[in-house]
Amino acid sequence: MEHVVIIGNGIAGTTTARHIRKLSDKKITIISAETDHFFSRTALMYIYMGHMKFEDTKPYEDWFWKKNRINLLRAFVQNIDPHKKELKLNNGTTLAYDKLVLAVGSKPNKFGWPGQDLDAVQGLYSYQDLERMEKYSPTTKRAVIVGGGLIGVEMAEMFLSRGIKVTFLVRENRFWGGVLPEKEGNLISRHLKEHHVDLHFETELKEIIADENGRVKHIITKNDKQIECEFVGLTAGVSPNIAFLKDGDIALNRGILVNEFLETNTPDIYALGDCAEFHKHPTGRKNLEQVWYTGRMMGETLAQTICDNKTAYRPGMWFNSAKFFDIEYQTYGWVFAQLQNSEAEFYWEHQNGKICLHLVYDKTNKKLLGINTFGIRMRHEVCERWITGEKTMDYIMQHLKDANFDPEFFKQYENEIMNQYNQKNGTNLRVKKRDWKRIFALN
Amino acid sequence: MKLIKNIGLLICITGFSFFIGSIFIGEYHLSQEKFDNWINNKGIKSEIFIADASNQLVGKTFSAFALSSKLIELAEKSSEIHQTNIQKWQTEGGQDEKINKEWSKVIWIDWSKVHKDFTFPLLQSTINSSAKNNQWLAFFLTFGLAIIGGLLYIIPDFILLGPAGIKNNKLFQHSATNRGWGGMLVAAFFIIFYFLLYFFPDFLINPILATNPISLALSGNSASQWFMYGLIYCSVMTVFAVKMYVKYRHNLYQVIRTTVVWFFQIAFAFLIPEMLVRFNQPWYDFKNAWPLNYTFFFDWNINSLLDSGNLGLFMLVWGILLTLVVIPVMVYFLGKRWYCSWVCGCGGLAETLGDPYRHLSDKSLKAWKFERYIIHLVLVFATVMTGATLYTYFSGATTVLGVQTTSLQSWYGFWIGSIFAGVIGTGFYPIMGNRVWCRFGCPLAAYLGLVQKIKSRFRITTNGGQCISCGNCSTYCEMGIDVRSYAQKGQNIVRSSCVGCGVCSAVCPRGVLKLENAPDIDRVNDNPILIGKEKITLNS
Repeated sequence: MEHVVIIGNGIAGTTTARHIRKLSDKKITIISAETDHFFSRTALMYIYMGHMKFEDTKPYEDWFWKKNRINLLRAFVQNIDPHKKELKLNNGTTLAYDKLVLAVGSKPNKFGWPGQDLDAVQGLYSYQDLERMEKYSPTTKRAVIVGGGLIGVEMAEMFLSRGIKVTFLVRENRFWGGVLPEKEGNLISRHLKEHHVDLHFETELKEIIADENGRVKHIITKNDKQIECEFVGLTAGVSPNIAFLKDGDIALNRGILVNEFLETNTPDIYALGDCAEFHKHPTGRKNLEQVWYTGRMMGETLAQTICDNKTAYRPGMWFNSAKFFDIEYQTYGWVFAQLQNSEAEFYWEHQNGKICLHLVYDKTNKKLLGINTFGIRMRHEVCERWITGEKTMDYIMQHLKDANFDPEFFKQYENEIMNQYNQKNGTNLRVKKRDWKRIFALN
Repeated sequence: MKLIKNIGLLICITGFSFFIGSIFIGEYHLSQEKFDNWINNKGIKSEIFIADASNQLVGKTFSAFALSSKLIELAEKSSEIHQTNIQKWQTEGGQDEKINKEWSKVIWIDWSKVHKDFTFPLLQSTINSSAKNNQWLAFFLTFGLAIIGGLLYIIPDFILLGPAGIKNNKLFQHSATNRGWGGMLVAAFFIIFYFLLYFFPDFLINPILATNPISLALSGNSASQWFMYGLIYCSVMTVFAVKMYVKYRHNLYQVIRTTVVWFFQIAFAFLIPEMLVRFNQPWYDFKNAWPLNYTFFFDWNINSLLDSGNLGLFMLVWGILLTLVVIPVMVYFLGKRWYCSWVCGCGGLAETLGDPYRHLSDKSLKAWKFERYIIHLVLVFATVMTGATLYTYFSGATTVLGVQTTSLQSWYGFWIGSIFAGVIGTGFYPIMGNRVWCRFGCPLAAYLGLVQKIKSRFRITTNGGQCISCGNCSTYCEMGIDVRSYAQKGQNIVRSSCVGCGVCSAVCPRGVLKLENAPDIDRVNDNPILIGKEKITLNS
């Protein structure tokens, strides 16, 4: 029986294993150095804040693995011998494989700052990172967070829940400036200030200074400002966790290089998820996409290939979501930080400054290209149908209620949004009633 | 703000201390007149008991515990003598009349009934305590302080907890909500309270007296233990409804649902029935449907309704229609939530007082399997018991297939009605979550669930591929549904146990879940395709 060995028990590795089991009887082993069982990395913040226990973040009960004949091995892989098809583990043993899947994830970026390896200087990616945060929290009065992105804002929320003050250094002039357009960035910046986050825009870290015990005591910014703190969060993105592959045969760039079938240059070795980098992305997106959803979709695809149904990775429309303190964010299609030349936009913001809808469309044919929404939930299927079905702005504005996914009784803003649209375009359109037949594509 | 909160806590604890302390005060002076009245009302025929009690108790003063246990001790002693006599005469033979007479003198002692039926009325009539003489003051010191303190403790959170949003910080780190000592203390208090209420009301006479002025004002009758319980229920729901408003003020579904379920408790389960009594009509809760209301078809209830003219007849017909027509039709259009989390009193308490404990429900597959057996078993048992009751009512036969109908009824009343629904159902909030009864025991929930599962427009829609498997939805599902296991597959949630509280949708950080009523074709998508990749379709 063919033995598939998967390194990494995150969403990418686990999805691959589950789908191989659905499709075949192959022997499956998942190796992880991090935890015994798969857990949801995205929920680490909720453990710290007391919303959940670690147990609650496991999507499957512990009996699941044995029942589905998926072997779990807690070990660290030291190196791979692709000729003998063998792994060397840190417990001194070796493990033979027929097919090897690298789903080893990533680690927080460190850009060579002096003092970046001091105690209480870290990112938030692994379970061990969470344990370290717990360890340092009781003796932390102020934390400095470097890098204004999703994990940074999570860390800020975590510390504030324990009454620890947070200073947030952001390189751009607004929050998540590399991804969010200016107005959305400002909206979230305002919300962070409402939660008493001490935001410093256009500020970068220069140096981290240690106390006599080797723990951070303050940092110095590039404009030579000194900020006292007992913890530094490094949340300026992540990069593939591939140090253990450095001297091997597997081709690497920033990540493990793969083709559209998620195959590496080495036979019977595949890579996916955070650690995989496409030579050229099959649908023209970024070659390195480190989000939960792409890890899961790659896993479903790779399982097909491994089970003799060779399948290329073809992610559909881009989507993502997040939550910044109390404001939820969803995005469908492409809304770039800067409007492209061929694009036009429609932006509506509620007077409370916490809810907005941003639509980007093709300037010439008015077809929808992307949606950003803050504080309004939208229906994934409907948005996808609009974008891939190339619906025009007029159509979308009239059918906006079909896409509303907010809970029942929530205030709906479609009419207000339409008024602004009509004013801007000199049109006289009306919002149509929600229609289940359209929503579920019945008929 | 923090100071106000702490003062509130102190006042609230003071109120509870008065409540608990009142159990131990007061003295019971047994006058000849009151004793004779009681003997007559109870129809006690044992001359041995009457003589003993007259000699040893009448004219003396006792504490509640002493008087109650003394009465039971004497009753037991007399019954023993009567039963010895019966045995003796039976062996001798031929003295049937004498034996029958002796049987009628035996006082049957069952611990679960003797206090509430035998000693409680006597103690109630003989009490002399400061609470009895200052009932409004007693009300203020117990209920008043607990309510005022509770509100002062809760309302500052509006400011203290920051901008509106999900407020679950530290739930698993605080002993009151993580099965720590705080939670255990509350559980012990609840469990003891329910035991006293159901089985030992003779120790709750002062708290009952504290609610007397309100009862007199509403129905004109003096307060019973059930009136006190109703008032406690309403007060607790009111205070904790305010907590819900503070906690979920950003979520209009929760605000409206809380208001409606609170209204149905106050109006339909408390004020309207008490008003009906004032106008000499039967005490009737128009929303309490069979089989949750398992005494609906008991002979005393049917007779009382039939004796109450047109209104009584209407109540009888409405009660039957509610179960047979209104419930299934409403569940088809709205899901079982219209009852369980919008109307029902048990649900009302669970959604208010119980909200801080919702994450303690067991989400394991094992718990789900157990739940499916036991809740349907209770439904079957409730149906069988009611069937026997109706058979007895119409045929006059006291036994069905060799089983006494009354013993079926009292078995159900004790184990299901009192122990399961009350002691475990509410007492175990801080241990097993706030829906123990609704999830494992309620026969009405089982019935509503069957309809919801088989034919309904209700479902929780999963939003495409946005789930990140974080587990908030499952953790905060009070019914122990593993919501995530569906959401992460892109599958809609159609489960008979879902009461539609809407909290999974509220706590989801990615906007994945929405409760909705929509056309019921394709409601259960068993073959979901996660959106986001082209070409492959998979069975998840």
